[in-house]
Amino acid sequence: MTPDPHAAACDEMRLLIQAEVDGEIDAARAAALAAHVAECAGCAGTRERLVELSAALREALPVHAASPALREAVMRQLAAAQVRAAARPALSSQILRRWREVIAFGSGSAVAAVLVLALLRPGAGGSVAEAVASAHIRALQPGHLTDVISTDQHTVKPWFDGRLDFAPPVKDLATQGFPLIGGRVDYLQGHPAAALVYRRAKHVIDLYVWPANGGPTAPRIGLRNGYNLVRWRQDGMQLWAVSDVEAAQLRAFVHDWRAMP
Amino acid sequence: MPQPDVAPGQRFEELALPHLDAAANLARWLVRDPALADDVVQDAMLRALTYFPTFRGGSARAWLLRIVRNAAYDRLAERQGRDAREVAIEGGADDPALDVPDPGAGPEAAMSGRQDRVRLRRALDALPVEQRECLILRELEELSYQEIVRVTGAPIGTVMSRLWRARQALLRMPATVSHDA
Repeated sequence: MTPDPHAAACDEMRLLIQAEVDGEIDAARAAALAAHVAECAGCAGTRERLVELSAALREALPVHAASPALREAVMRQLAAAQVRAAARPALSSQILRRWREVIAFGSGSAVAAVLVLALLRPGAGGSVAEAVASAHIRALQPGHLTDVISTDQHTVKPWFDGRLDFAPPVKDLATQGFPLIGGRVDYLQGHPAAALVYRRAKHVIDLYVWPANGGPTAPRIGLRNGYNLVRWRQDGMQLWAVSDVEAAQLRAFVHDWRAMP
Repeated sequence: MPQPDVAPGQRFEELALPHLDAAANLARWLVRDPALADDVVQDAMLRALTYFPTFRGGSARAWLLRIVRNAAYDRLAERQGRDAREVAIEGGADDPALDVPDPGAGPEAAMSGRQDRVRLRRALDALPVEQRECLILRELEELSYQEIVRVTGAPIGTVMSRLWRARQALLRMPATVSHDA
């Protein structure tokens, strides 16, 4: 039957006609519909109008592609966000706040972000960072902080003899505002490490030391579980400083420690 | 148009960036303002990055467009200072029942020529946003009904109803007296 351009479709057929025009029905139902449309001028007219409208829309409507400026802005934004996300898989607002402090600190955000990535990239030291942060948290439990309590490096240093197969460098930074308060032996990822305990006001700084191959490396700062971490290598030792002091103070501590003979 | 499924471990950029044009197009048609649309896209891409770990595969485009859509609605609500959905739905009638009859064709039904294209664009802009998005997703993005369900969160019957009403509104333009057969 010829489509009647002015007739309406049967009520119950409308959505089926639309679905057929949209390519949403299977061959069997399409065939049944076609049989009906062949008999019904109203349905044929509706089907024809829908097809025409669809063609007109595709012809008339502009497709708004992303502008080069938008594309570039998105890429920049994603790169920045992924630097932040690399800090922690699950970002809490507190961690984010602290990150901003870390990144705002020091030699510019780009450099800091790169260092952060280098420190915390999974598989590249992330697990050590976890171990160091966990050991620090364990040590903060009552009674666990120090095995030897002394503000005298000459007491702390011999204490490690016989407890470790290496001699950790023990330095007192009292004049710089970081008094040594003691030491203990911790096990990090299965190997023994010396933990030197320093204090800054009411905050504790743990400095983990164990022998490592390779030349000296520059300090790299990062964050784990809300604690700031700085790692570097010096004099054949791997060192990790961990504390809840501000990143700036921890870096000052590391700077002073490295500078002291 | 079927989209390839996503392999596990695929990177966010590989997944999302191929659909940036679709995201920009949908944002633009939803908010009807180029600058605001760009804001929506940037907002949506950040949200998508955040939600990426929860992406379960399937059509990445539908997944991304849902996020774009939600970001666009948020911006519209912000800008209008009230809920965009309430504005969008005329009289709250949004059930699958076809309360808009098929009127048959009006005298202006034939669509050709530049003037008609401009009128068509304007008529589309004048549609409630929830009808407009269904039509854009179907006609320009060529999403299937199921994908539109995934983007809009509306049941399939509602999607079909919105498509029908949007099309009837466009077929009626300009608002001439319709005549039921």
